[in-house]
Amino acid sequence: MSNRSTAVLMNGIIKENPTFVLLLGMCPTLGTTSSAVNGLGMGLATLFVLVSSNMVISAVKNLIPDKVRIPGFIVIIATFVTLLELLMKAYVPSLYESLGLFIPLIVVNCIVLARAESFASKNNVFSSMLDGLGMGLGFTIALTLLGALRELLGSGKVFGLNIFPEQYGVLAFVLAPGAFIVLGYLIALFNRYIKKA
Amino acid sequence: MIYITIFIAAIFVNNIVFSQFLGICPFLGVSKKIETALGMAGAVAFVLTLATIVTWLIQHYLLQPLGLNFLQTITFILVIAALVQLVEIVLKKVSPSLYQALGVFLPLITTNCAILGVAILVIQKEYNLLESTVFAFSTAIGFGLALILFAGIREQLSYMKIPKAMEGMPIALVVAGLLSLAFMGFTGIV
Repeated sequence: MSNRSTAVLMNGIIKENPTFVLLLGMCPTLGTTSSAVNGLGMGLATLFVLVSSNMVISAVKNLIPDKVRIPGFIVIIATFVTLLELLMKAYVPSLYESLGLFIPLIVVNCIVLARAESFASKNNVFSSMLDGLGMGLGFTIALTLLGALRELLGSGKVFGLNIFPEQYGVLAFVLAPGAFIVLGYLIALFNRYIKKA
Repeated sequence: MIYITIFIAAIFVNNIVFSQFLGICPFLGVSKKIETALGMAGAVAFVLTLATIVTWLIQHYLLQPLGLNFLQTITFILVIAALVQLVEIVLKKVSPSLYQALGVFLPLITTNCAILGVAILVIQKEYNLLESTVFAFSTAIGFGLALILFAGIREQLSYMKIPKAMEGMPIALVVAGLLSLAFMGFTGIV
């Protein structure tokens, strides 16, 4: 893989991590990370939509008139989200149930549209695919980390494996408040140690 | 009675921001001043109620009779995007002063997941048209309440001395977490 490809791929994972740096797509980040498995599932679902919509958009970018490009992008994204919904309903119904509303809401996830507009509409198919992959991986890593931490603090488990007895967990971390607080501290740590603020 | 239950539940118990995690982007984005928070809350209340009514009608009179339920996501997002544009055009002509107040927030609303979220939720909950309208409007009030409370705290927060790594988003998220903890106190009142 050439240097530029690696740079495009790594960009989304660290330098422009969608969750920790760009702060996009906060609703699924907070809403679906009550456990590590759910975080991972949501991350992979978004990864699928990001990669496929980025590829298609960069392939058809010259066919869409400039004025209607945003509605055009939204239709392409919504198509892949519908596809994903049907696939998940068929093959992983339990995960689909637990992610619930947040699967159709990938359509309005700002990262997907932001990458379409700022990257895929200006670059070729291959680098758009890499960009989608990088961004999706960055998002997946962030969500899995957040989910694992919340699961650990809330119930003493990570991916369902017991780390410490459940009665020492603080239930609030699995519920809504924990999502905000854990994400706040994770971003602060990212700022301190990776961005060196 | 059921309408009062829906009303209270949507505002306090299942607050859209603090317990459903919808509409977080505008919640974090436009909450630095109370004034802009009020504008955003007004625009959301207007569009959310309107969009829910329109998408409910489309679901029950177009998609269901034709058996096109799988097109729900695509149809709803397009309808919402078109509706926002329409509201913008109509408002500009009919009430320029209201347009001045809400104008900048309108384009942002298309990507507010609260709108699409509520439109899908009322279908999932199988509400009738009146229940959907009440639910949408009270959800919007809940969103406004959360936004204005949060903006008030953030205005004060800007005078505080905060560690550098915590500045901006991290401290805002922790504050939102504490507010969400407070809202958990409403659990069980309906």
